[in-house]
Amino acid sequence: MSSARDSAASERAGGAPLLKVEGLRKSFFGVEVLKGVSFTLEAGKALGVIGENGSGKSTTMNIINGLLPPSAGTMAIDGRPYAPANSKEAARAGIAFIHQELNLFENLSIAENLALQAFPRRISWLPQIDKARMRARAADLLRRVDLDLSPDMLVNRLAPGERQLVEIAKALSGDARIIVFDEPTTSLTSREAERLFALVAQLKARGLGVIYISHILEDVLRLCDDVVTLRDGTMVDNRPAASVTTGHLIESMLGRPIAELFPPRSAAAPRQEVALDVRGLTQPGIVHDLTFRVMRGEIVGIAGLMGSGRSETARILFGLDPALSGTVAVNGTVIAQRSPRACMAAGMAFLTEDRRGDGLLLPEGVLTNVELARLADLRTNAAAPLPQAMLDRDASEAARSVRIKAHDLVRQPVLSLSGGNQQKVVLAKWLLREPAVFILDEPTRGIDVGAKAEIYGLVRQLAERGTGVLVISSEVEELLGVCDRVLTMAHGEIVAEFTWPELDRAAILRAAMQRQEGAA
Amino acid sequence: MQTSSTRASLAVLRSAPALLFVAVVVLFAILAPRFLEVQNFANILTQSANVAIVAVGMTFVLLLAGVDLSVGAAMYVCAAVAGLYFKDLPAPAAMALMTAIGALFGAINALFIVGLGIAAFIVTLATLFVGRGLALHLSQTKMVFAGDPVLAFGQGGFLGISYAVWTMAIVLLLALWVQQWTPYGRYLYAIGADREGARKAGIPVRRVVFATYVLCGTLAGLGGFVSFSQVAAASSGFGLQKEFPVIAAAVLGGTSLFGGRGGVLGSVFGAILIQTVQNGLVLLNANPYLYPLVISAIIFIAVLLDSQRTRILARLTRRQIRIEPGVEARRSTAT
Repeated sequence: MSSARDSAASERAGGAPLLKVEGLRKSFFGVEVLKGVSFTLEAGKALGVIGENGSGKSTTMNIINGLLPPSAGTMAIDGRPYAPANSKEAARAGIAFIHQELNLFENLSIAENLALQAFPRRISWLPQIDKARMRARAADLLRRVDLDLSPDMLVNRLAPGERQLVEIAKALSGDARIIVFDEPTTSLTSREAERLFALVAQLKARGLGVIYISHILEDVLRLCDDVVTLRDGTMVDNRPAASVTTGHLIESMLGRPIAELFPPRSAAAPRQEVALDVRGLTQPGIVHDLTFRVMRGEIVGIAGLMGSGRSETARILFGLDPALSGTVAVNGTVIAQRSPRACMAAGMAFLTEDRRGDGLLLPEGVLTNVELARLADLRTNAAAPLPQAMLDRDASEAARSVRIKAHDLVRQPVLSLSGGNQQKVVLAKWLLREPAVFILDEPTRGIDVGAKAEIYGLVRQLAERGTGVLVISSEVEELLGVCDRVLTMAHGEIVAEFTWPELDRAAILRAAMQRQEGAA
Repeated sequence: MQTSSTRASLAVLRSAPALLFVAVVVLFAILAPRFLEVQNFANILTQSANVAIVAVGMTFVLLLAGVDLSVGAAMYVCAAVAGLYFKDLPAPAAMALMTAIGALFGAINALFIVGLGIAAFIVTLATLFVGRGLALHLSQTKMVFAGDPVLAFGQGGFLGISYAVWTMAIVLLLALWVQQWTPYGRYLYAIGADREGARKAGIPVRRVVFATYVLCGTLAGLGGFVSFSQVAAASSGFGLQKEFPVIAAAVLGGTSLFGGRGGVLGSVFGAILIQTVQNGLVLLNANPYLYPLVISAIIFIAVLLDSQRTRILARLTRRQIRIEPGVEARRSTAT
């Protein structure tokens, strides 16, 4: 670490900041996704970067990591120009990334994972690993992250928090001077998170610069000296953490009063008919005793951190994953053998988290995709010709009703549409079926604010026509704006329930973050 | 979250090859008294050497989650060329020649797999037929005989141990060193576990994969030499379907077909186990037509055990969202 400390000292003498980013711009296919981002990171400081999904956070970080070249703008480290061509050059310049998904090899030992970039040798001409030196260096690195484990231990025996510390140790082994954390706490228990926070403080004290990206604004305010807010590719805010509250941050992230983004709630109370009735749904190790109802015309949200079991719940409901016990009923009829087919037959629809992978035929046109959902109903005789004219008519009507922006509904491949329009195609597909229960998992991920508002409106319309809607989202603001009721999940259980107008962001987050006892 | 019963079944599955070996030895010892003689064990080792040597190369390929179906064809090509055109070479030169031809054969596989990105299964299936066809064409489908120096190697030994066993032992020791002590060996495991991650970590994935297929071909050539020296001649059936006992030996020894798990020591052990069964059947005067059935049953059991072990491991490592009350935390049992 001495080299980092020395260089930090020399840098302070020179007066240039550790990292300076100026006027960063990036366009994809003529669409500008980053419209001038500038900030500085001083040695020994932490910079928080926040913003909704699609706000330009990952694009900015990919540019810093050398994965994307910027269309315009400059970067400098210690006042020297910095323009990495790939992530290797970024690493050489002293920038280390701790990604949400860790890059460790489970079948190798801790020491091997730490030494993988350059195994130490004893004799230069013989490619034999100097295991003693490798082990000693690993032990030293483990000490620096306060991890009391044998360097010979295989990584597959480590808990998630320990793996993260090994990843940080790996960053330190490369003598990193800037460490970027991308959503580091999502898979950690509270004790592990505390340990991570203490380590971040230590890194700062040693003169390293930290960039901390997180959706948990409380953590950002606690750890960081400055906070940069991005929205739609623009830097809308950059100020000391001491001068802001989470309320301010949310407002600058959204950029408008919440009410404008979301459709008005229907004045009428939800109907008294149950659309979805879930009782005692349990799968050991995944979810425990889930019991809840969604009424017809009601929008119910599921909040929870990553790994709380929210997406797993949706998969189990739709028959994609098994459950040991419990029942799921649609419109009062219990679905006996849950499978996606049986669930669809019962009137359930599921918009998956991964619309590109699961929901769409990317090379096909809009109409073909929309018609897909109807084929199962129409096929009384597999050999009979399809009523193509009728299919086309219904599909174009559905496509019009969701306002898909495409210049040719038949020929333009869905692949070339924007994320928001792709999502509308999936929505149109399910709208044609008029489902009794509609489950949406992260419906607005990676979609710009304008399209988001339209999608919220469509979901509300669907509810008003009598569908029971279940929305799963990692963005609490979205749930606050669109849901009539919010269930909060943590460690596979429903731990709290909130009903509009008593939806409270802080209370929902508090409930979501409660950790399971003994989880460390 | 490992319960004691799954831990126990894992332990059994992990030591399955050893248990299987003990069971086979005990069974044959009871049925055929001559089985336990020292000379018989020496025979088993000598006869298993060629499969064991090829299985070492195959193990490295399997660690990468690849496969090489063409090893038997490579053996035949090497033997045909050596027997037809270089009959009078001294044994070490013949060994070097056949090994070099094997390396070339492996390099052709690697060129298509790494250079053109074609699936290893397809490439090596094609070179299997091309190789056999080429050897048949060169030999005009006639039997090819080994030269006298090569024959002498097949029958000779040093310190009472056959040259074949010496070769096998040296290959095993070198391979163990490569596997455990060199960056290349550790890269094999990293690439097998997560190819994309390995690329991101700066491991020269393409170079490692290329080298591994070349190495597999090289060892197929060496195994071909050992086999050629023992049977003295290569007919159209030489090395035929050799890929099956070779892959079976690796799998029996605990190497996963899905990459990243296993090692060369187990594969050599697996090759010896297969030869032991064959030897026992001979001593029992079993109907020769039964051999394939028994061998395939053993291979089937090995693959079954491997898939069971993989399934149990997958279940144990599946991401758990909640800790069920009453079940110990994984860490407390793991350390």
